[in-house]
Formats: sequence, structure tokens, C-alpha cells
Amino acid sequence: MELSDLSAHELALYLRQRRISAVEILDACLKRIEAVDGRPGTLDGGPPTPEDEQKVHAFITLTPERARAQAEAVDRKIAAGEDPGPLAGVPFTVKDIFCVEGTPSTAASRILANFRAPYTATPVARMEAAGAVMLGKVNLDEFTYGSSNESSAFQPSPRNPWKLDRVPGGSSGGSTASVAAGEAPLSIGTDTAGSIRQPAAFCGVVGMKPTYGRVSRYGLIAFASSLDCPGPVARNITDAALMMNAIAGADPHDSTAATVPVPDYLAALEQGVKGLRIGLSPDYFRITYPNLQNGTFETQPLPREIEESVRRAADLLKAMGAEIVEGVPMPNTRFGIPAYFVISRVEAASNLHRFDGVKYGYRTPEPMTDLRAMYRHSRGQGFGPQPKLRILMGMYVSAAQYSEQYYNRALRVRTLIRQDFDRAFDPQGPYRLNALLTPTTPTTAFKMAALYGDSVLMQYADQLTVPANHAGVPGVSLPAGLDGEGLPIGIQLLGPDYSEDVLLRIGRAYEEATETEPWRRIRPEAMASFDER
Amino acid sequence: MSEAITPEVFNHLVELAALALDPQEAEYVRKQLNNQLKAIHELEAIPLEGDIAATSHGVPYTAAISPAPREDVWLPYPDPKGILAQAPDTSDSYIVVPDIPHTTLE
Repeated sequence: MELSDLSAHELALYLRQRRISAVEILDACLKRIEAVDGRPGTLDGGPPTPEDEQKVHAFITLTPERARAQAEAVDRKIAAGEDPGPLAGVPFTVKDIFCVEGTPSTAASRILANFRAPYTATPVARMEAAGAVMLGKVNLDEFTYGSSNESSAFQPSPRNPWKLDRVPGGSSGGSTASVAAGEAPLSIGTDTAGSIRQPAAFCGVVGMKPTYGRVSRYGLIAFASSLDCPGPVARNITDAALMMNAIAGADPHDSTAATVPVPDYLAALEQGVKGLRIGLSPDYFRITYPNLQNGTFETQPLPREIEESVRRAADLLKAMGAEIVEGVPMPNTRFGIPAYFVISRVEAASNLHRFDGVKYGYRTPEPMTDLRAMYRHSRGQGFGPQPKLRILMGMYVSAAQYSEQYYNRALRVRTLIRQDFDRAFDPQGPYRLNALLTPTTPTTAFKMAALYGDSVLMQYADQLTVPANHAGVPGVSLPAGLDGEGLPIGIQLLGPDYSEDVLLRIGRAYEEATETEPWRRIRPEAMASFDER
Repeated sequence: MSEAITPEVFNHLVELAALALDPQEAEYVRKQLNNQLKAIHELEAIPLEGDIAATSHGVPYTAAISPAPREDVWLPYPDPKGILAQAPDTSDSYIVVPDIPHTTLE
């Protein structure tokens, strides 16, 4: 097994034991990237060539010199007998929606393609303070607006390492692809409607959306400020817990980062699930979406393999001592997407007004007669279709004559969604759940170009993840096997505010229960050429 | 179902949003907006009783878990030239923009 296939906690341990050096780990990851990643996403990158179709393309910007300097500093600390930090020498990638000082911080958009961040986002700074080594910035949907990564202005967009003709999911698809392909054991992503959990499910890795406010948003290029949550992408639960230890907690630079004490997420991981109450809801075993031809809504059950994965996980957890509570009503789950179409657009429109071609970023090269024309043309040329859609919808539904009908109504529906969770998790209520166990996604990874362009269907890929964003509660997606096509299936655990430690504990128990199953030995397709060497 | 976002409404939105779209892109974006509105209309069917307040923030945000406002301390950025160097057009440390249109208020 290559060093790049080891988990973060194994790498950190071996480094402290001086069995390996940080530079050796870095070289192993760079070698893997060279073998599987192909050309990075670039502006005007053109359509993918046949060779591109065999590569992952997780990266926009690789920063090997910066990484080497960090790795050498870790090795020097170890040689000097100093504490190098809990994540010392562990490589990680960063979704290119975070500012990292001195690096291009593009949001995968032409309008920020030439922007170099003057400061570093708190979650990234905390990873580096813990000794982790940043490999570079990975691709995403433009400004995080999508569920497939295809909307990136930096092409070729990432591909799913498990099957390279499939999308990695999104918007943190570069993060999950880089971790699944063994390019890095960890990545930091963001989740506004499922953007960590959905691609984690598609790529067969662990992805956690922490409670809103658990991880600082300082230095995150904002999409929907009441929904955005930075969080970890990892290959297993222990690594996600290790990363949460580094990034969670209050931040003087973000007034919405809560001052709730941060537990040691590793401490309770092995305590098992005995006595925990875990719920199943029929409302998470179906999906409702609009028929655009006749204006009606259709409800369909989820694919059998996905539902069976969840039910099997429930059986395994029950056998380990958890109490499974069936029939938990979450009736407002289906309204998550329509409410999100309104709330996220209003917030996005507000956040995107700052990009105007004046102080930084793209400005139209054409001579303009006045400032307004310069705004229009800079924004018109700098933004791709997905940001434009969000700006225009946000302005429409928040207009004075429509805001009661749309925006205010959506905010009240958000209350109903939150009440579903409050009822399920109420310690004095009828269900008293510690967690809700659900599928993460209504499908496994779909083919490249299968949905891109249909902004409605693409959004419904998030139907089972977005309620947690509305409610602010934490969630984690973890791999639960492969479907008949060999594509990863993800299951999701949702819990009360600040219960990440309990969710990770349940996830770890599930990992233990399935540790010896054959699917855990299967490697993604992208690694085949590497393995053959 | 008739289109809520007609070409006229759309053009007004584009103007307000300070955007410019070519005709092909405008057609795609307007169609997608109308499709999204069909999904949004599902919200209208939800019975909302009078006492359901709006939630602008999922997690209750109380004083107990909110940081105190930090002290308002002026910290000079160490590299203002680096910041200015990111501006598309500068002159003598000023950011240059085209003429700002003026409207005389009556």
C-alpha cells in the first residue's frame, strides 16, 4: 500500500513515531496526483479530450512548493523534538471557495480567476496551525452553485474516481474526488444544501456538515450566509473527527461562529451505540419533484439498493445495541428544495453584488462610457449562467411586490422544517432521537452531462440533504457499499445542534460493523492505472 | 401555465442586477427561471397558520452562544500595495473607473 492510501490518523501516528517523514508523505501524494489527476481546470480549458476522460481533474491550483516548505518545517520540528501538531504532515486539499493568502482564490469563476487572496480563511489557517500540509485548491461548481461540478469555469471539471464517466457530485466535488482518488487523505469543503454530503456519497468518502456556526466562515467566499457550513471530507470517520478537532470553535472574525465548547471528537468515537435512539423516517425514502410539463408534483420511492443500504445499516446498529425507531414523521422534507430555491437565491444575489470589476477580479477589457455599463459588462462576462440565475431569481423573489408571496413564505416554511427536527430530537418528545438515519442522495452518481443545464432537476439532487441546512443541524454522509454498477452509496446521519460527536460515534460503529465486507476492499477505477504500475 | 417572468420582467431584472446577457444566454436563463418558479409554487400549497414565525437562521442564536463583539481596533494591512495591485486599473494609488453617471434629483 502506498503512503497516499493511508488514512490521516495513520499518517500522523507514523510521522510521530518517525517511521516516515512529512516530505515522504508529500512526495507520495504528489506522485498520486501526477498519475491520476491530469491537467488542472483552467479558464477556457476547452472540451475534454479522450485522455482527459481518463483522469480525475480535481485541482485548479496545485501548490507543491508551498506544501514542500510546510512539510520540511514539520520535519524540522520533529527532528528538534518539538510538538508538530495533531495533523502534522497530513496533506489536505482546499475547495477553491476559501481564501488562502497568496494563492489564486477563484470560486471556479471567471470573475475571480485573477484574484489572489490577501488573507487566509480560519478553517484553513487552523488546519495549517495543526501541522497539516495544504496541497492546493480544488475545483467546485462556480461559486458552489451546482451538484455536479460541471458548472465550473475551470475545465475540465472533476470526474468521479469510481467511474470516470460520472460526476463527482457537488459542489465540493474536487474535494471528494481528491480524497477518493488518494490524492490527499483530507479536504475542506462547504455545504449549503448538501455540497459536502452529496459528493461524499457519490465518491464513497465521509463528508460532514457541522452545525451552523460550529466552524467559522471567515475567509469563505459567501453563497448563502445563513446556510453555508465549512466541514471535513475524509476517507473514514476517525479522520473526520481528527479534522473537526482542528477546525471547530469560536472565531473572533466570525460573529456567527458559536462559543459552544468544542469536545474532543476522538474521545468518544469507540464508545459504541448501545442505548442510542436512531430514527428512520418514511419521508426520507421518497423524493418529490415537479413535472414541468403539467405543473404537478410527482413522488417516487428511492432506488431499492439505496433504501436497503439504510435499512441494513439500521439492522447492524440495532445488533450493536442501538434502539431503532421506525416511522418518524418529517413531513416538511419535501419542501426543502422549493424553500431553498427562494432563500438561497436572495442571499446569493446580495452576496454577489460585491463583484463589480472595480477593486479586484475581472473587468471587461472593452472601453466603457460609464460606470454602470462597466458593471454590466464585467458581471455579464465574468459570471457564468449559474450565478446569473441565482442573482436574477434572488432579485425577483425578494422584490417588494413578491417578497411576501415568496421570500417571507419560504422563511416560514423553514420554521416548519426546523420544527420537524425539534420534534424528532426533543428529549421529552415522542421520538427522543439521538440521530436520524437516512439515505444521503436519491441516486448514485449520474453520468456527466446527464443533468447539467436543467437547473431544477439538478437542485433536486439535494432533496435529502437540504433540510439539515435549513434547520442548521449537523449531518454526516458515510459510505455504505456499492450499487449494481459499482458506484458508491451514501447513508446520512442527522442529529441535534452540536451533536457531531454522537454522529461520528454512530458512524464509527457502522464502520466497525462493516469493516470486513468485500466492498471496502474495492478501489476506484481512477486508481487502476496507478495500481498496475 | 403562463410564464411569470416575461421578457419585459426579465429585462427589468437584468438591468437591476447590473448584468448583460447575450440573446442565447438570456433565453436559457429566462426559461430556467420560469421552471424554478414552478418548483417554488409548491410553497403556496403549504398551510401556514398565523403564529408560524419566519426563521432566518436555523440554529437558535442566543446571547449565551454568541461571541461578544470584538473590540474595534484599527489594524493596518501590511501590504496595501498588494491590495491595490489587484485592482484592474489604478493611478497614483487611486482605483480608476469610467465616468460615474450623475442624475439630478428634483
